[in-house]
Amino acid sequence: MQSILVIVFLPLVASIVAGLVNKSAPSVFAKSITTGGLFVSCALSWPIFLSFWSGNAEATVVPVLTWIQSGALSFDWALRVDTLTAVMLVVITTVSALVHLYSWGYMEEDPDQPRFFAYLSLFTFAMLMLVTADNLVQMFFGWEGVGLASYLLIGFWFKKPSANAAAIKAFVVNRVGDLGFMMGIFGTFWVFGTVSIPEILEAAPGMSGATIGFLGLRVHTMDVLCILLFIGAMGKSAQLGLHTWLPDAMEGPTPVSALIHAATMVTAGVFMVCRLSPMFETAPIALAMVTFVGAATCIFAATVGTTQWDIKRVIAYSTCSQLGYMFFAAGVGAYGAAMFHLFTHAFFKALLFLGAGSVIHAMHHEQDMKYYGGLRKHIPLTFWAMMAGTLAITGVGIYDLHLGFAGFWSKDAIIEVAFARGTEMASFAFWMGVFAALLTSFYSWRLMFLTFWGKPRWIESEHIQHSVHKTPEEAGEDTTGGYHPHESPLSMLIPLGVLSVGAVLAGQFFAETFLDSAGFWADSIYYNPNLIHAMHAVPWPVKYAAFFVMIIGLFVAWLAYIKDTSIPGKAAEQLGPIYRLLYNKWYFDELYHYLFVVPAFWLGRQFWKLGDIGTIDRFGPNGVAWVVEKGAVGAKKFQTGYLYSYALVMLLGLVAAVTWVLF
Amino acid sequence: MEFPILSLMLAVPLVAAIACLFLNAGSARMVALFATLFNLALGILLWLNYDIGGAQWQFVERAELFAGFSYALGIDGIALMLIMLSVFLMPICILASWDSITKRVGEYMAAFLLMEVLMIGVFAAQDLFLFYIFFEAGLIPMYLIIGVWGGDNRIYASYKFFLYTLLGSVLMLIAMLWMVNEAGTTDIPTLMQYDFPVDAQLWLWLAFFASFAVKMPMWPVHTWLPDAHVQAPTAGSVILAGVLLKLGGYGFIRFSLPMFPDASADLAWLVFALSMIAVIYTSLVALVQEDMKKLIAYSSVAHMAIVTVGLFAFNVQGLEGAMMVMLGHGLVSGALFLCVGVIYDRLHTREIARYGGLSINMPKYALFFLLFTMASIGLPGTSNFVGEFLALAGIYKVSTFVTLVCTTGIILGAAYMLYLYRRVAFGEQVNADAARMPDLNAREWAMLAPIAAAVLWMGVYPESFLAPMRQDIATLEARLASVAPEYDSALTVGTPDEHAANYIAAEHGSEGEH
Repeated sequence: MQSILVIVFLPLVASIVAGLVNKSAPSVFAKSITTGGLFVSCALSWPIFLSFWSGNAEATVVPVLTWIQSGALSFDWALRVDTLTAVMLVVITTVSALVHLYSWGYMEEDPDQPRFFAYLSLFTFAMLMLVTADNLVQMFFGWEGVGLASYLLIGFWFKKPSANAAAIKAFVVNRVGDLGFMMGIFGTFWVFGTVSIPEILEAAPGMSGATIGFLGLRVHTMDVLCILLFIGAMGKSAQLGLHTWLPDAMEGPTPVSALIHAATMVTAGVFMVCRLSPMFETAPIALAMVTFVGAATCIFAATVGTTQWDIKRVIAYSTCSQLGYMFFAAGVGAYGAAMFHLFTHAFFKALLFLGAGSVIHAMHHEQDMKYYGGLRKHIPLTFWAMMAGTLAITGVGIYDLHLGFAGFWSKDAIIEVAFARGTEMASFAFWMGVFAALLTSFYSWRLMFLTFWGKPRWIESEHIQHSVHKTPEEAGEDTTGGYHPHESPLSMLIPLGVLSVGAVLAGQFFAETFLDSAGFWADSIYYNPNLIHAMHAVPWPVKYAAFFVMIIGLFVAWLAYIKDTSIPGKAAEQLGPIYRLLYNKWYFDELYHYLFVVPAFWLGRQFWKLGDIGTIDRFGPNGVAWVVEKGAVGAKKFQTGYLYSYALVMLLGLVAAVTWVLF
Repeated sequence: MEFPILSLMLAVPLVAAIACLFLNAGSARMVALFATLFNLALGILLWLNYDIGGAQWQFVERAELFAGFSYALGIDGIALMLIMLSVFLMPICILASWDSITKRVGEYMAAFLLMEVLMIGVFAAQDLFLFYIFFEAGLIPMYLIIGVWGGDNRIYASYKFFLYTLLGSVLMLIAMLWMVNEAGTTDIPTLMQYDFPVDAQLWLWLAFFASFAVKMPMWPVHTWLPDAHVQAPTAGSVILAGVLLKLGGYGFIRFSLPMFPDASADLAWLVFALSMIAVIYTSLVALVQEDMKKLIAYSSVAHMAIVTVGLFAFNVQGLEGAMMVMLGHGLVSGALFLCVGVIYDRLHTREIARYGGLSINMPKYALFFLLFTMASIGLPGTSNFVGEFLALAGIYKVSTFVTLVCTTGIILGAAYMLYLYRRVAFGEQVNADAARMPDLNAREWAMLAPIAAAVLWMGVYPESFLAPMRQDIATLEARLASVAPEYDSALTVGTPDEHAANYIAAEHGSEGEH
């Protein structure tokens, strides 16, 4: 299992070399070394996964270096490989390798390619450190490392003010979650006397009845610890309340959105909850919170996704919503299902993002779906790839035939297991999940229909106008403006092809392993076979619920965006306030702006001007200077500068004080 | 007798300082650089020969002078690390002043070398009055550096600096006189074991606190720091932030905690309250600054507040964390001031809005600046994370509320530092003169690269720095054990639940059928 060292550290080395060489070598150097490194990592990861899949491997820990030893708080750099890690390894290295390759084509004209590829590899390294962590602090290292890479990549086009703002927002909002994560680590350490994950998980059940002091209250120990840790997960996985950074993160180049903001980094929170699942299982209130937040995010993000026009933002809200599914699956105890959805989602969501990138590439950087239309025949390969992704995310499949695309297997399992769990919170999650599945189908098909069907609306786009040097008036009847979208180069199509295969087959192929095999998970997560039995035993309307709502969503989207395209406008008018609420993302950004950003700057200015200058300085040093100056008027014949007179006063005072003390 | 390496480390810069007064500019620079490098080499020797786990006080030198006052030197692991920080930053300061200081170069270099003597002295002193002399005399070269080579408003800044720090030290001197009278010795190691009467501890503690709080600086006696930094030349800021701010923390760990443990416990609430205010208050003030140096100065106050809460957590994690924050902050804030100095030398302004888009014309500079920004934010893998993490972990045991408030510093810290970085390094090149600035030259590389290496070293393998201090911290913790506070995060173990929260029984058939 020593190959894990290569898998993890090769991307780091490649990143450093590519970053330091930067532009002193042709960009093909940086691109080759980072992409090559990732393909090696990927090639080494699959055998590890397959050996766990076939049951021939055992969990191991490869020590690297001592990190911190401070009293009882002591932990090392070490790489842990077990089933859960192995799943993440293949997800991360596969998507990352494909995204590296894809970027050869997508970023071809960018002058800063070495920097871009160095960041991508750096991200991959940090993500791998996160999933191989054997203790909470190394997980936090990876956690912050991916945050840094995400910050750098969102702000990659650093001349754009919007990209910079989005990058800072992503980092700072994540830090709010990190506050919870750090507090959770501290609390866990003082309760268990260790930050080693296996040791914590082993000791956790014994603490399930314990209480602890927190902010002056007596609370259930495990609940407060798990809630704190979960706040961290909410930040990284963009759950309701801390989700605002994710849509803005679309300012980054599209391959970044596919890798970081869809397939890997944003799933870190889900990974964390699964990794700590035996611990969360001792915390019923925390689990209820996980379920509630997941279900709420699932439906919230889906509603917003139905109204957005930016193709990437639609997919971003979709990601947010799908992460909600994963969380409530974990919340009801189906960690295998959560991880399975994470696994399939990585393929089809990366595919959708890369497909969107291919569309954007073809449409001369236009991202607004208002200006798409009729692209099916112009970029057929991209179209079919997007089609595979859409079939996967909407969960197309027939239960009784045991046939379906990837999302069918994982999402339906989550909906069923929420029903089977049967608690009030789980039922809430079930209904939200079903309703969100309807919306998922609607917004996904809306995206497809707006982009690939209908008449071209290209000439309204400023980007296209730039390209063809025509205004809409000049173009007249020809709404294409004479623009010819081109299919993307091979470097972009190959990743689309590979991911399409994943989106079509991953569910079919791995469903049984992920959902039904306790042996596969081998205690790397909490696994409850009775719950899975109950899941399989749900009544047939539940099994077909997701299928039916999927059909409804498809039908409504077809009605509104193909049959009668005047419907969306009328609907928006009829439902004015609701439409505006959704279109403006429930006004979260505005709310936070006036609740946090504005007061922070206002307070800062008040503290500075009124506090420091107006009070402390005025009555402190300036006041003393004033008194001394007044006093010095009388003593002017002795002194020339107020500083010295002041020092004299001090000296006299000192002498007096010493005299008083000693005698 | 052992080789008097500590005395040698004091003598080298002292002799060089005197020599510099009589040399022309070019030779003075060379002498200063050579002397500080030589001292760095001696420092490395000191570190290599320091026996980890050996005697508490090593490299001891002692010569009785008059009236119980003695020339006594000796270091423990804590002092060793702070001496290393000083001798490491010194040659970098000389390099930073290489081109930017053109008037009275000899005197300037002499002031810096004298500064080094006093800094090493203060950490190595084992006699109370020797310590006091080094501690207070450090004011003078710094006062001169700001007052003579500073910016336009240097007189006001140096006045404020002098006023604040002197105010505290007078009270400290009175307390020291009383202590010597009471304990009958000026020997610091002995005093650290001495049990002063509990009533007396209170006012002794307050007298020392007046001095250390100013040096630290703690809110509300921090307002000298932004002015001093803004007016000081780059190297002055580096030393101020890198080493002088550490004198307060060193004072707490060497005097207040071991000598007055009861008072420390009784007044910990005061330290916590002031520190919590500092974290929120100065972070928010940093957010609205338009002057780069002021921004970093205010951020220093917030970071030093983490040191004080860590120290008064009275446990190993808190104490070690506080020390690591001091070391990490010494490197990182020093490096950030150097980063400001690099562009100040080119454009002669500290106004943030005058820059922008420096990643384009100064990519190497932008990379270093990014690293130090991230270190300042406390990204794991950099020096500051280790300290902040340990200090906050330590305080969690004592008070979850204090932890919560102080940990918000990681959010606010990210906000103001990234906002600064964005305005300086990102965005369009709006200012033509800023866009023409050349990237780092060899001298600037030589300044920044060693600090960058140290920051990463401390972040990835802090064991090198923790190991020498471990035993001393353990001794201190043992000394404080009897007064350690009640923990608000106390745990009560109850009856564990029988099943996992999501456990459900098998619906039909036996459980084990799967």
